[in-house]
Amino acid sequence: MNTTDGWTLLVIVGMACTTVLTRCFFFILDRPWTLPAWARRGLDFAPIAALAAVIVPEIVMTQGHFIHTWQDARLFAAAAGAGWYFWRKGVLGTIVTGMLVYLPLHLGLGW
Amino acid sequence: MFLSPVYYRHAEFRIGARDMLLTLPGFAAWGLMTGVAMVKSGMSGFEAVMMTVLVFAGSAQLAAIPLIVAGAPLWVIVAASACVNLRFVVFSAHLRGYLMYLPRLERMVTGFLTTDLTYVLFVRRFPEPAVEPDKRIAEQAYLAGNSFVNWFNWCTSSLLGIALANVIPSAWGLGFAGVLALLAISCSMATSRLRVVSALVAGGVAVLVYSLPLKLNVLLAIASAVAVCLALEKPAPLPPSSRASANGGDA
Repeated sequence: MNTTDGWTLLVIVGMACTTVLTRCFFFILDRPWTLPAWARRGLDFAPIAALAAVIVPEIVMTQGHFIHTWQDARLFAAAAGAGWYFWRKGVLGTIVTGMLVYLPLHLGLGW
Repeated sequence: MFLSPVYYRHAEFRIGARDMLLTLPGFAAWGLMTGVAMVKSGMSGFEAVMMTVLVFAGSAQLAAIPLIVAGAPLWVIVAASACVNLRFVVFSAHLRGYLMYLPRLERMVTGFLTTDLTYVLFVRRFPEPAVEPDKRIAEQAYLAGNSFVNWFNWCTSSLLGIALANVIPSAWGLGFAGVLALLAISCSMATSRLRVVSALVAGGVAVLVYSLPLKLNVLLAIASAVAVCLALEKPAPLPPSSRASANGGDA
């Protein structure tokens, strides 16, 4: 069994504060405040950019390097999932379709 | 807050809960693998449970685990999770319009519980902040139902992962279900040509500068994508010389 140490607990508390500060950043203070117009327009593009920045490396990279083969279960699973989404809409169907493609390729063929 | 009967008896509470339930398997698999990853990195059961309940941010947790293992300084780990969480700062600017009438403590609890998916589903259902009191209650009820399901699912699946850490091989790659859930949400946001451009630029930049420390690639990717989209939205007038050569190309 791993042991608990104070330093790790401190890290956890620090990270918890980070969660609160980032999630509440612009509504912690009561003072009236507005975004500049360009930033407000930028808000329209930022959320999808954040998601893409997180997931694209998860799909096309292995241990920090761009994959060199097309025989990667993640490519087919992501394509199948996105295909389902644009055909039928629906988060659950996307996950199920993607995993139905991913697991056989990954566990069966070792891709 | 979701503890209030005004919210959990409201019809919107169930709608919010249902919207989140549809994504539950993907995030349950993700929570499970995060639980496994925390214990496999050498954290104790107590530490892993505390992290699940208090930090409540899967991508930041997964980014911090290798840093904790490597014994990185506290400020580096906190800075790294802040970078991974920067997208929430963007969301909070948007949510301000929906939450400012609430007392500060309630705002902060609501903010803490509002993850990516809750934010996206919430602004999809309520594109404009309400002004009338009953519509505001409906908004908060939806938010409460949605985040309650999300928080409960995250905690139970992570705790299951912590308990089963030595039984589930990470080679199964169940965590990929979480990526698929985020992929589906990205697709649901791809409603304009510029948003598609934004996703492509961000994805490309995130891969190109992946080797940057502290997950700064995510931040640079967001900044580049937003800059490109703002530039494309209002194209600057071309200087006369390049306009002439562009016309020459057409001829």
